[in-house]
Amino acid sequence: MKFAVIVFPGSNCDVDMYHAVKDELGEQVDLVWHDADNLDEYDGILLPGGFSYGDYLRSGAIAHMSNVMAAVKRAAEAGKPILGVCNGFQILLESGLLPGAMLRNKNLKFICRTVELSVENNETMFTSLYDKGEKISVPVAHGEGNYYCDEATLAKLKENNQIAFTYASDVNGSLSDIAGITNEKGNVLGMMPHPERAVDELLGSADGLKLFQSIVKHWRNSHVVNA
Amino acid sequence: MSLMLEPNPQQIKDEKLYSTMGLTDEEFAKVEKILGRLPNYAETGLFSVMWSEHCSYKNSKPVLSRFPTKGEHVLQGPGEGAGIVDIGDGQAVVFKIESHNHPSAIEPYQGAATGVGGIIRDVFSMGARPVAILNSLRFGELETARVKYLFEEVVAGIAGYGNCIGIPTVGGEIGFDPSYDGNPLVNAMCVGLIDHKDIQKGQAKGVGNTVMYVGAKTGRDGIHGATFASEELSESSDEKRPAVQVGDPFMEKLLLEACLELIYNHQDVLVGIQDMGAAGLTSSSAEMASKSGSGIEMNLDLIPQRETGMTPYEMMLSESQERMLIVVKKGHEKEIEDLFAKYGLEAASVGVVTDDKMLRLIHKGEVAAEVPVDALAEDAPVYHKPSAEPEYFRTFQAMEDVTPDVTDYKETLVKLLQQPTVASKEWVYDQYDYQVRTNTVVAPGSDAAVIRLRGTNKALAMTTDCNARYIYLDPKTGGKIAVAEAARNIVASGARPLAITDGLNYGSPENPGVFWQLEQSADGISEACLALQSPVIGGNVSLYNETNGTAIYPTPIIGMVGLIEDVNHITTQAAKRAGDLVYVIGDAASEFGGSELQKLMNGGEISGKSPAIDLEVEKARQDALLAAIQSGLVQSAHDISEGGFAVALVEKLFGTGLGASVSLQGEATAALFAETQSRFVVTVKPENKETFEAAVQDAKQIGEVTAQPVASIRINGEEVVQAPVSELEDAWKGAIPCLLNSEA
Repeated sequence: MKFAVIVFPGSNCDVDMYHAVKDELGEQVDLVWHDADNLDEYDGILLPGGFSYGDYLRSGAIAHMSNVMAAVKRAAEAGKPILGVCNGFQILLESGLLPGAMLRNKNLKFICRTVELSVENNETMFTSLYDKGEKISVPVAHGEGNYYCDEATLAKLKENNQIAFTYASDVNGSLSDIAGITNEKGNVLGMMPHPERAVDELLGSADGLKLFQSIVKHWRNSHVVNA
Repeated sequence: MSLMLEPNPQQIKDEKLYSTMGLTDEEFAKVEKILGRLPNYAETGLFSVMWSEHCSYKNSKPVLSRFPTKGEHVLQGPGEGAGIVDIGDGQAVVFKIESHNHPSAIEPYQGAATGVGGIIRDVFSMGARPVAILNSLRFGELETARVKYLFEEVVAGIAGYGNCIGIPTVGGEIGFDPSYDGNPLVNAMCVGLIDHKDIQKGQAKGVGNTVMYVGAKTGRDGIHGATFASEELSESSDEKRPAVQVGDPFMEKLLLEACLELIYNHQDVLVGIQDMGAAGLTSSSAEMASKSGSGIEMNLDLIPQRETGMTPYEMMLSESQERMLIVVKKGHEKEIEDLFAKYGLEAASVGVVTDDKMLRLIHKGEVAAEVPVDALAEDAPVYHKPSAEPEYFRTFQAMEDVTPDVTDYKETLVKLLQQPTVASKEWVYDQYDYQVRTNTVVAPGSDAAVIRLRGTNKALAMTTDCNARYIYLDPKTGGKIAVAEAARNIVASGARPLAITDGLNYGSPENPGVFWQLEQSADGISEACLALQSPVIGGNVSLYNETNGTAIYPTPIIGMVGLIEDVNHITTQAAKRAGDLVYVIGDAASEFGGSELQKLMNGGEISGKSPAIDLEVEKARQDALLAAIQSGLVQSAHDISEGGFAVALVEKLFGTGLGASVSLQGEATAALFAETQSRFVVTVKPENKETFEAAVQDAKQIGEVTAQPVASIRINGEEVVQAPVSELEDAWKGAIPCLLNSEA
């Protein structure tokens, strides 16, 4: 399976995502500059964390107008897995691929620590290797991760099983402790915690690796079926 | 200010206008002699910034020359942007510490942020990839609204810059003492990695080669920042706010990636590269030319400018951030422009390398300044300031050691844990992204931070340290202790010390007592560096840290980096499992001068002698402990520092869910709270008892780690401390948030 890690000016978790896929997952991966307009050769798209365009104006607001985002949208429509982490999640929200918006953390400060997440839905292409309700340790590092949406959207997220991960206890004030959501179709996941930082026990946790392995498993299965 | 309004050379001399820029009468006369004429306004400005203490080290040079700077593994000592030490396999580590005290005193967020930005540029201008940031901060007591504001904003500024640029802030230290009330200290350290083949120099060689300006445009911010950094703070310092620069970490991230791409992929055309830090365009151009025995002619009309109508004086003295000066082979300018354009950055050809050793500045078709580069970069006067042992030192040395009168040991331990200098700094490091780049093995909160070297089995340990109270009481001994304690942190984490960078923060060198502190502590640092085989590879001097005539404690911050040969050697301070044996290495003596306990019991005052240190004993214990760690005999290790044994022991239990039961002999207050040097608390698996005791002769078994999370300390058989670890941990963790009145 071949992944693209999209690099925007100001992305800074791009290299971490790259190494997680290449060294720990053992799949092919390229760093792709934000001016690319064709992503056809990639089977999965990863939008990394960081401060694209310095987070100026609003987190993700400028990056979502990048050239590459049109190709990302086409990949989403084609059903390819799209994962946005942290700033990548914010970009997915700004681009309308996922519903809702981010507010500043409830304590108005940047928060970096490893937190406990609950796997709410293990029937997605990103979470199939987890158990439902499984508790996993994954780091967060963000200033604007306080997820917010209106009541109707929240009801819809719940009804469609779009909430993939929640915080086991409140971290940043997110509505319903939401840490990560998918789109209705289930092939776009946005999450504030960083699974690519949890792929090696040496650094404290490898709980994030199963997320990437789930993507590969799904791709292999569909590849076999399609073949 | 426009050119029209600038005073003419005769006015500058007659009205002594140079003195407002920081030049003395003698220095101005020297400039006149060098030029053989009176300098114009811009030229006076060039000399004043380049001859400031901040740029020229004119007061501290005689002291700095005492430091041992050579070592088997040192590839680059002091003099370039940062020092470099070989770590094998064709790789090297690059690091440096730098102060940003004065800017942070009046504009804390931007002062701290640009301090981080500046030190990062120093490291990547050497060709290194920055991989970690540390800091060392000092504030007054967290009691006034002003100090709380400075503390919160400095932390936010460090976080704002480091998090955005994506370099992990992995460690540091913070101290609180009234002497820093009006003059906080903000020292930032950056650590980078480099392959030997990529090492760059700030040089301008090859007549006819092109001088290019890359990065952000030049504005009027930070004019005379270096001069401002070289005078005392006073009531009117707020007027110097325009001398503080404004940081843009996004711009620096682009500049970082573009410069590294330039260094990695275009080395055939790159001649030299240097950060525009203090004194901006002036220092970068003059120093690059001076080091290469060449000259530079620049056309200031070509300098990318953020504002209109800037004068040569303003352009040359601006300290606008996120700029670099590079020299490239003639004819390759387009290649460089294209490279920077990819990152949305400007690369402007602004000058040429000449052979006349002059810095010549052209503005609107006329020569705006023409001065010898060596005069700016090398010929600053060197002052041998008078030095005198201050009265207080003799008084303190004559005092007998007094053991504070402690009655309730547990309550005293809780109070010590609540002292902000001792208390958990989680409130601070929670705001720093210490994990980005996914190499951080040991995060903030242990003795030293550890990052792995991806692609190898090795890791780097790093720390900053300085107990300024000891240095105030006894600068020479305190200087030794600062290096020794940094090394203790490095060793406790499983690393061999490689080298240090020092951030020398003192009061005014015009004061003979302050100058004596500087000399004495430098001697102490040098002795310890030699004894512990850890040379000085660079650093920074910040003098004039005074507010309205009162100097800070002398605070030479030691930034140390060590090499871990095998990631399996990485050791943290936290106890690992119940049943492990607890050892203390080194005995306590009745030493309380400058201790947390003395400060707590004496209403914030410190006095007497600092703890003593024997560098031979120190070295022997460090070597023995490191060998034991490398042999896999040690489960956890923590050095004993502020607060003494009891604080060190319970810190080992925090966050582990474990307890400990230990028994000590001797006088209780000293055994629990003395700050006697060269000591560690370690835990060892029972099956390794004999091997460990044979390896570390000075280690005494005092008890064991328990499953029940209770700290129990007996002295001479009597239990003097008995407390649930959670109660102690709550006090330790809650102290700083409580002082700030924010939610825990």
